[in-house]
Formats: sequence, C-alpha cells, structure tokens
Amino acid sequence: MVSMQKPLPEPTPETQEYWDGMKRHELRIQRCNDCNQGYFYPRPFCPRPGCHSRNVAWITASGKGTLASYVIAHRGHPAFEAPYVIALVDLQEGGRMMTNIVGLDEPTPEALPVGAPVEIVFEDINDQVTLPKFRLA
Amino acid sequence: MFDSRELRHKVAIVGAAETNEVGVLPNHSQLQLHAEAAFNALDDAGLTLDDIDGYAGVAGAGMTEYLGIMPRWVDGTSVGGCSFLIHVSHAVAAIAAGYCSTVLITHGESGRSRVGTGGFPGGRQTPGGQFEAPFGVAGPPTMFSVPIAAHMAKYGTTEEHLAAVSVATRQWAERNPRAMMRDPITVEDVLNSRLIAWPLHLLNCCLVTDGGGALILTSEDRAKDFPKKPVYVLGRGESTMHQNISSMADLTEWTAAAKVTGPDALRMAGLGLEDINHAMFYDAFSHTPIYALEALGFVKPGEGGPWFAEMNSAPGGTLPINTNGGGLSYTHTGMYGMFAIQEAVRQLRGEAAAQVDGVKTSLVHAPGGWFSATATLILGNE
Repeated sequence: MVSMQKPLPEPTPETQEYWDGMKRHELRIQRCNDCNQGYFYPRPFCPRPGCHSRNVAWITASGKGTLASYVIAHRGHPAFEAPYVIALVDLQEGGRMMTNIVGLDEPTPEALPVGAPVEIVFEDINDQVTLPKFRLA
Repeated sequence: MFDSRELRHKVAIVGAAETNEVGVLPNHSQLQLHAEAAFNALDDAGLTLDDIDGYAGVAGAGMTEYLGIMPRWVDGTSVGGCSFLIHVSHAVAAIAAGYCSTVLITHGESGRSRVGTGGFPGGRQTPGGQFEAPFGVAGPPTMFSVPIAAHMAKYGTTEEHLAAVSVATRQWAERNPRAMMRDPITVEDVLNSRLIAWPLHLLNCCLVTDGGGALILTSEDRAKDFPKKPVYVLGRGESTMHQNISSMADLTEWTAAAKVTGPDALRMAGLGLEDINHAMFYDAFSHTPIYALEALGFVKPGEGGPWFAEMNSAPGGTLPINTNGGGLSYTHTGMYGMFAIQEAVRQLRGEAAAQVDGVKTSLVHAPGGWFSATATLILGNE
C-alpha cells in the first residue's frame, strides 16, 4: 500500500556523505578519477560500463543541469498534490538524478521543454532530511 | 532427451572469495556486501566486471544496477537458502548452451545489522527508497512513463502516435471474445480520456485484471508425440539493467533489447526480422511497443510512432502485433508476459480468436519493471 505520508529517504554508509551535504545545502556527488565524469547515485565505484573504477572522489556539484525527461503526475502518490512534476535531471558534472520541478504556477508540457536548464533548490523537510528539488534556471 | 552428463567438465568455478570480514558489519549496506564479495572474487580470478556477461543472485536487477553491468544471462531464482546452488546449476547449463561466457553469482546479506535491506517502496534505505520515492513516484504509471518525454523531444513522437498504439490494439480486441475491452476507440477517444501522468492518458494504460496461464515444454524428440502441433523455441535473449527508472541507460531507446536480447534471439534462431510473421510486444503502456519496435530493429529509432499511426500493427497491417488485444485491451494481471506467450502459441497452432493466415514465426518481447528487465523469445511451428 502507498502511504499517505510522503516517503523519506534513510541514508546508508555509502550515501551518508550525500545526505549530510544536503543538510548543508551542498550537492555532494562522486566523480570518477579514471573516466573523469560525475555519477549518481553514490556508490564506492564508477558504474559506467567499460570503466568500473574504484578510484573515485566526492565533489561538490554546482547544482546546475538540464531537464532529461519528466512526467506530469495527475494521479500519483496520494500525499502529493496533483499535478506535480517527476523529473530526471542531467547534472552539469555528470550523473542523472530524479527530482521534482518546483516553482511553476501550472506544470504544462509547454513550460517544460526537454533540455531546459535547471538549478537546484534545497528543500528542508525536517532536521534530518533535505531534498534536492529543481527549478527552471 | 538431453542428458546432463553431457555437461560434465564443461564449466568450472574460476574465482571464489568472501567479504573481507564476516560477522557483525554495521558499516556495510547489504548491497555493499554483495559488491565487496564480487570484487574479491573477481580479483581472485583475475577478472574485471567488464568480463562478466551473466549474473545470478536473489537481489536481481537491484544488483545489476548497483554494479553497473548489463549481463546477457541472468537467473533471479529466489527460493531460499539453496538458491545459490541452483544458480550454479543453471549457470552450467547456460554456459554450455552458449548463452553467456562468464557468470558472476553474488550473495550479500545484512542479516544481523539490517543495513540497506528491504525492497522498494518499503525500504527507505534502498536506492529507490532514497533517490526516487521522495519525489512521489507511485508505481508503473509514474515510473515506466518517465522516459517518454525524452523520446518525444528527440524524435517528434506525439501523443497522437501513442494513442494510435491503443487504437490498433483495440482493433484486435474487437475480434477476441475473451478481451475485456472490445468497443472500437479512436485517437480522439484516447486523447480525451483523463490524464494519468502526462503524456499518458487512461487509454494509454494497460488494464488491471485477474487471470493466469501455464506452459509445458519438453524436448524436440518428444514434442511430436503430443496432441497439439509443436511450437518450438527458436531463439531467446534476456537481460537486466536498472531497477530505478533514473538509472535507465538511454531514455530514448530500449538499450537491452537493441544490444542484447533482440540480437541474441535472432542469432540463435538463425532468422532475420523479415522472417518474423507475428509479434507480441508487452504493452504495459502505449509507448512500450514503440520502444520495442525500434529497439529490435523493425524500424529505425524514432520511426516507431509514425509506423503505429499508419496502422501497420492492426488487422490487415504489415506486421500483426498483440493480436489478442494486448495488455491494453485483452487482460493484464500485473505480470502479463505469460499471456503474450499464450497468444503466440495460439497463432502458431492456428487456433487464435483473431487468427492471422500463415503464421510460421512469432516474436514475443517483454519488459520486467520499467524497461528494467528484458526478454525476447522467437517461437516457430516448423
């Protein structure tokens, strides 16, 4: 069953730095020192086929990216007020993450061209959790 | 009948290792335990992840996502503690058959510390629980649908194209008395049905039904002794890539179908696409058959929408697809693939409700999850 409360994440050892960064309003992601690209979500090795290096490091990303794809949910999670945008964002430093696009009066396909530049908005949920949302830049 | 003794000495274990420590490991998530054991075994064998083309384990697609691999043989058999013995057994057969060359089997379990255990959406520590659930995904309509806008932007695929898939499929359902939805529909009807998750309207989404199906398979030498005309498995392909839609390799193509399952199935069957008379493309949503058609190579990338809009898949079209009425109009219990195979068998036996003349081959193609897993079968009656 889908809960009436908004689902919240719980960090694991390999994602703790990411979620700690969120609380500081910093987008901490990992970058591969061999293929020189950022990736997401956090794990202690590069997930790119052909690389898989374990020589990786944490960086603070700019929070800028582009809209890769999205849906406008009209019948989604009951704790979310419809319509809302579930989006994938390609980060400038590399890596793709899911988010919500916020700051729109009424989400429409016309207002949300794929490829549009977006930037991060840190949304403090409670003392433990800050979520990365994005708005059109 | 095949004799398992023929497989003797054909396959060997070339790497074996445990995690660095065993015992109480609260600083490792369950996935990390899998990965640490995997890297240790790879080191033991002098291999890298890129040498691996088969994977077995009870964590399934979650583990292939985590490791970033796209195997061409998988065994997700999950039957409790003996599962890993079974994985080895399956791997021997798969390797001897040439489905893959190098299989990785992993086990990782945070059984005591319970770090990173549990499945999405219940598990707040899983990748899906951390990086997708907080943004309001709520099942297939808001997950499977996420790539579509990228396809529309890249290729000009339209809501009308998506609607045409539903219309063509309904034309088959009109001919099938067992289909749940049999009233004719138009593109306008689809576009006027309520929005579920733009760009998907209600009539772009599969049904939710009850039902079941079963298959019995046997060896070729016995097959002719049964009452019904044999339907042979001519080719097969399988893969898994991601569990979470945000980890899909390319939002505009069904990569595993294009690069692994389609080519593998066709190569095994010794057939080209021009030899395929009939197809069943699992239609969870209207875009799924478009992605399948393009990935398998029936059309070029981006030509799938217009191809369906020309009613090529409908009765009288160039390639009959989803002739039972599909998941969109026939039935969809949740794991519809069984019904796709059943219809292919009926067509090849000549006993389908909407029988197509002269079907000698049928291609059955299906996703698991949201393009997460992929499988292709080529079946034939000669």
